[in-house]
Amino acid sequence: MSFVVDPALPARRGIGRALLADPMGLAGLVIVVTFVAMALLAPWIAPYDPIALDVKAKFLTPSAAHWAGTDHLGRDLLSRIIWGARLALGIAITSVGIAGVIGLVLGLVAGYGPRWLDSGLVLVFDSLSSLPMIFFALAVITVLGPGTLTLILVIVLVSFPAYARLIRTQTLTLAGADYILAERAMGARPGRIIFRHLLPNVVGPLVILICMDIPVVIMLEAGLSYLNLGVKPPSPSWGNILAEGYTSLRQAPHVVIVAGVPLVLATLGFTFLGEGLRDVLDPRGAGRRWA
Amino acid sequence: MLAYAIRRVGLSLLILIVVMTAMYGMVFLVPGDPASLALGPRATPELKEALRERMGLDQPILTQIFLFFGNVLQGDLGTDVWSKRPVLDQILEVFPNTLILGSVALGWALVLGVLLGCAAVVWRDTVVDRLLGVLSVSVISVPSFVIAIYALIVFAVWLNWLPAIGAGEAGDLGSQARALVLPAFALGLGWVGYLARLIRASMLEVMEAPHIRTARAFGMSERDIVFRHALRVAIVPTISVLAVGFGGILSSAVFVESVFSRPGIGTLITAAVEKRNYPVVMGTVLFMTAFYLMIVTAADLLIARLDPRVRDVLRG
Repeated sequence: MSFVVDPALPARRGIGRALLADPMGLAGLVIVVTFVAMALLAPWIAPYDPIALDVKAKFLTPSAAHWAGTDHLGRDLLSRIIWGARLALGIAITSVGIAGVIGLVLGLVAGYGPRWLDSGLVLVFDSLSSLPMIFFALAVITVLGPGTLTLILVIVLVSFPAYARLIRTQTLTLAGADYILAERAMGARPGRIIFRHLLPNVVGPLVILICMDIPVVIMLEAGLSYLNLGVKPPSPSWGNILAEGYTSLRQAPHVVIVAGVPLVLATLGFTFLGEGLRDVLDPRGAGRRWA
Repeated sequence: MLAYAIRRVGLSLLILIVVMTAMYGMVFLVPGDPASLALGPRATPELKEALRERMGLDQPILTQIFLFFGNVLQGDLGTDVWSKRPVLDQILEVFPNTLILGSVALGWALVLGVLLGCAAVVWRDTVVDRLLGVLSVSVISVPSFVIAIYALIVFAVWLNWLPAIGAGEAGDLGSQARALVLPAFALGLGWVGYLARLIRASMLEVMEAPHIRTARAFGMSERDIVFRHALRVAIVPTISVLAVGFGGILSSAVFVESVFSRPGIGTLITAAVEKRNYPVVMGTVLFMTAFYLMIVTAADLLIARLDPRVRDVLRG
C-alpha cells in the first residue's frame, strides 16, 4: 500500500466534524471508542475473572448470568472477550507504534542519506515485503518460539518496510523543495533539516497508513493465536477463544460464534474509521468512498 | 523490453538470495541450536550430537551456508528431522491442494468482483453504488478464518450440505469439488470487495478517456461502453494486484486450511512450526517465497507487454 498524501495539507479544524458527518466514519468511530473503552476498563467492567475455572458451569449457553455463555472450562466468555480487547489492542498498538518509529527513521535515512545507503535499505525493504507475510512470520516463530514478545517482533518486522517506503518516497519528494534548499543554502546541518523540516511534514500520511494497518494486525494476532502460535493460553486472546471453541464446535457452537463477533466488529470498526480519516485528511480522495 | 526483463528477473533473484541468507542467518542469531530445539530439553547429548551431524550443524558456518545454497540449487531443500523424508517431496505432495484452493478462490472473486465493480460504474452515484461501496469495505476487513469458521458451522454442521474437513477423496473429483466449496468461499470473499473497488476506481479513470467520449457520441449504451471498451483498459492494473494478491491468498490459506483440516502448504508448515521441525519450515518458506516472487515478476513482465505506456517509461 503506497499512497502519497500532499504534506502541505489541510485545514485540520474540521476533522472531527467531517468524520461525524460521514455515517461510515461515525460508525467506525463509535465501534473503535467502544473497544478502546473495553480495553481500558476491562478490570472494572468484566463481570467475572477471565481465567477463573468453574467446571460445573461449562458450556452454558448465553443467559442473564452469563451474557455470552461459558466455555469448556466454565469461564465466562463475555469477560474473556472484554479482556481480549485489552490484549488485541495492546499488542496491535505497541507493535504498530514500534514499527512506525523504525519505519520513520529508516525512511528518513534512506530518503535523505547517501545513495548507496538508500539502495541498500530499499533492497532490505523490498526483500522483507516480498516475503509472503504469514510464511515469514511462521519462520520467525519457529526460531524464537511462540509467545507475545515473538508476536510483537513478527508484526514489527512485517509492517515496518511499508512505512519506511512511504516515508522514503515522501522525503525524496520534499528533499528537493525550495524551502529545504534555502535551509541548506543557509548552512543548516542535516540533523536540523531532517528533524525540524522533514519529520513534521512526512508524519501525517504515516499516521493514516498505521491506522489502516491496525485491523490487519488484529487479524494476524488472532490468527496466529488461533493456530496456537501466538499469545499463550490461558490468556484470553480472541484467537485463543476461537481455537478453544473450535474443538467443541459440535457440542457448543455458541463459543465459536460469540468469539468471532468481536473480531468482526473490531476489524470493521478500525477499517471504517481509517477510511473515514483518509477521506477527511486527503481532500483529493474526498467524496470518493471507494478509491 | 528485454533489458527490462533481465533487470526485473535479476532483482527477484537478488531478493531471493537476500531472503535465503537472512533465513539461514536467523538460525544462528538465536541461542540454542536447531537440533536441541527440535529434540526438546530431555534429549541426551548423544542424540543431539547425532542429529547435529545429520543436519550438518557440526560443519563451520560458511561451509554450511555454501552447502545449503548448493543443495537448494540442486533442488534439495533438506530432510525432515523426524520422518527423514526429503522436504521437497512433502511440499510437492500438498502444494497442488493449496494452489487449487488459491486459484479457485481468486477466480470466483475476480469474476464477481469485476461484475460488481462494473455495476457500480454503470449505476455510479446511486444507492446501488454506495451500497456496493460499504459492502466491499466490510467484506475486505473481516478476517477470512472467521468467515471460514462461520461458514463451517452453518453449511457443514447445521445444514450438513458440505463436508467440514479434508480435501475430498483421492480420485473422486465430485468429493474434491465439494470439499473445495467452503474454503474457497471463505478465502475469496474479501477479494470480491477488494477487486470490485479496484475495478471501479480504475474504470472511473478510464471513463474520462477520449475513446469513451467518442463511443458516447456515437450513442452507444452505457452498459456496452463499460463492458466492451472501458473494462479492457481498466483491467490492466488488476493484473499486478492479482499477482501480489495471490501471495496474500496463500497466506490466508494457512488459516483457512487449518480451519477445514485441509491438507496443504498451510497445514504442513503449521504442524512443522509446532514441532520446531526446522528443515520443513525453512524449506516451505523458501519454496513459497520463490513461487510468489515468480508470480509477481511474471505479472510485471506481462504488464510491460500489455501496456505500451509502462514499456515506454522503462525504455526512456
